[in-house]
Amino acid sequence: MSARTRISVEEVRHVARLARIEIAEGELEGYRAQLDAILGYMAELDRIDVAGVEPTYHAVAIRAPLRDDRVRPSLPRDEVLAAAPQVEDGGFAVPRVLDT
Amino acid sequence: MSDETRWQDARALRDRVVGGEVSAEDLVGSFLDRIEREGERLGALLHVDRDGALAQARRVDGRRAAGEVLGPLAGVPVAVKDNLCTRGVPTTCGSRILEGYRPPYDAHVVERLREADAVVVAKTNLDELAMGSSNESSAFGPAKNPWSLDRVPGGSSGGSAAAVAAGLTPVALGSDTGGSVRQPASFCGVTAIKPTYGRVSRWGLVAFASSLDQVGPIARSVRDAASVLGVIAGRDERDATSADRPVDDYAAACERGPAGMRVGVVREALGAGADPEVIAAVGASIEALRALGCEVVDVDLPHAKHAVSVYYLVANAEASSNLARLDGVRYGLRVDAEDVETMTARTRARGFGPEVKRRIMLGTYALSAGYYDAFYLKAQKVRTLIRSDYDRAFERCDLVLTPTSPTAAFALGERVDDPLSMYLADVFTLPPSLAGLCAISTPCGFTRAGLPIGLQLAAPPFEEARLVRAAAAYQDATAWHERHPA
Repeated sequence: MSARTRISVEEVRHVARLARIEIAEGELEGYRAQLDAILGYMAELDRIDVAGVEPTYHAVAIRAPLRDDRVRPSLPRDEVLAAAPQVEDGGFAVPRVLDT
Repeated sequence: MSDETRWQDARALRDRVVGGEVSAEDLVGSFLDRIEREGERLGALLHVDRDGALAQARRVDGRRAAGEVLGPLAGVPVAVKDNLCTRGVPTTCGSRILEGYRPPYDAHVVERLREADAVVVAKTNLDELAMGSSNESSAFGPAKNPWSLDRVPGGSSGGSAAAVAAGLTPVALGSDTGGSVRQPASFCGVTAIKPTYGRVSRWGLVAFASSLDQVGPIARSVRDAASVLGVIAGRDERDATSADRPVDDYAAACERGPAGMRVGVVREALGAGADPEVIAAVGASIEALRALGCEVVDVDLPHAKHAVSVYYLVANAEASSNLARLDGVRYGLRVDAEDVETMTARTRARGFGPEVKRRIMLGTYALSAGYYDAFYLKAQKVRTLIRSDYDRAFERCDLVLTPTSPTAAFALGERVDDPLSMYLADVFTLPPSLAGLCAISTPCGFTRAGLPIGLQLAAPPFEEARLVRAAAAYQDATAWHERHPA
């Protein structure tokens, strides 16, 4: 990796895997170049002194509010399942996850 | 009914329905007919709910016939951004991954609209999953700018802004994470409010960056935007971040007049970073506010220039986590495969467009082992510095004024292959978002080429009344918002 390269094809492949997005081999370099340009711009943050500065995770401080623990109707099962790609026995169906 | 209703504002239309001058059904029907004739050309709408809209209009007419008191948006046709859930009506977020999805429930803001007797007529186009500043990342083709069809309407709520600017509806809802109602309002010559984080419930808004997302109104007049905000604002216990504090009377605030308000001008924002025609128009608006009795002071936001870097790290980190729900299991697209991981990866490969993939990967990278401190944590610390700049500024002023966008609407295709140049279009809208402020964009002029220019005012958290107080008076003194595209 040259000094000016911030992200490698191998790292793009790794990040795509973590993000569960299949990227064709032929597309990796295109994404790498674009991400590299964006990360290169963001390197400007390196020059800012943040010693002793607390992070802002939420701009507006809101205490976790409490509400009454009441039983309320859920969405009707058939309406929810109507949107699913595959349904079996009243649940969402996916390819086999465990060997039996 | 003729075109006379086309440019009337929502409050006038509501009064005609309440007064019995026109039925909600006829009024809504006339808007639907116009949408049918003109909607295609503009690409602003992804779905028109003619039957649902007419049924709701008839309900409003029935309530009036029964002598009931009608709501503040009685019979008013509203377009809603397609990342807000509408029960039984397609909600795609401009993405193939949610093509054909019909939610089993309404977003909180959609419930509020219906309770106010408004009529949702259509879902509007947007950048895919609200990620973009031009509407060009929509999987269903871009909306176009009604002032010039070869220009972008801005994004991500480009369809909502274009629909209102073109007179397809008097008001619309959008969502704003880093400028997504304000920048398209600026490009399309209309008004939009980004409420304070927590002012409006996010229940039923498809999440992009949960610490920043807010739903906001788009309208041709400040007063209409204020009245829609009054309808959608307030506590909803299904969104734990929605604030439990009283909602101000925004309609009354519009009539209060701005005399004595202190407007802080960010001189750096009027320097080399913006187009000269934008600087001139915004400069003239400062003089107009001064003439209305505002005191103008200079303020400095030394860290605001880092907002692009901070925002695209923070928002994309959150997005990379939020969008994990789009996995082909419970709704939307699925590409079949032997195992779950491949099924998910292929579903997302086919379902997402390139900008969404880029952002998810960037966010994943910023959160991943070895980079978290250098990128994500660093960005959140610089966010604190940006917020502190505003804290200091608001000791000296009531509102902070900048352009909404450094340029007027750019050409379709101009920035689409250069993501970074697209991100830089948000340089003025991002700082108030990161600082948790509320902000408004309203028209303040036109370029020589006839494209609208927008003015942004930002106020401290939950001070939306200040925004509409100043902006309504500004509209009373100017006529920019009364111009319509040919």
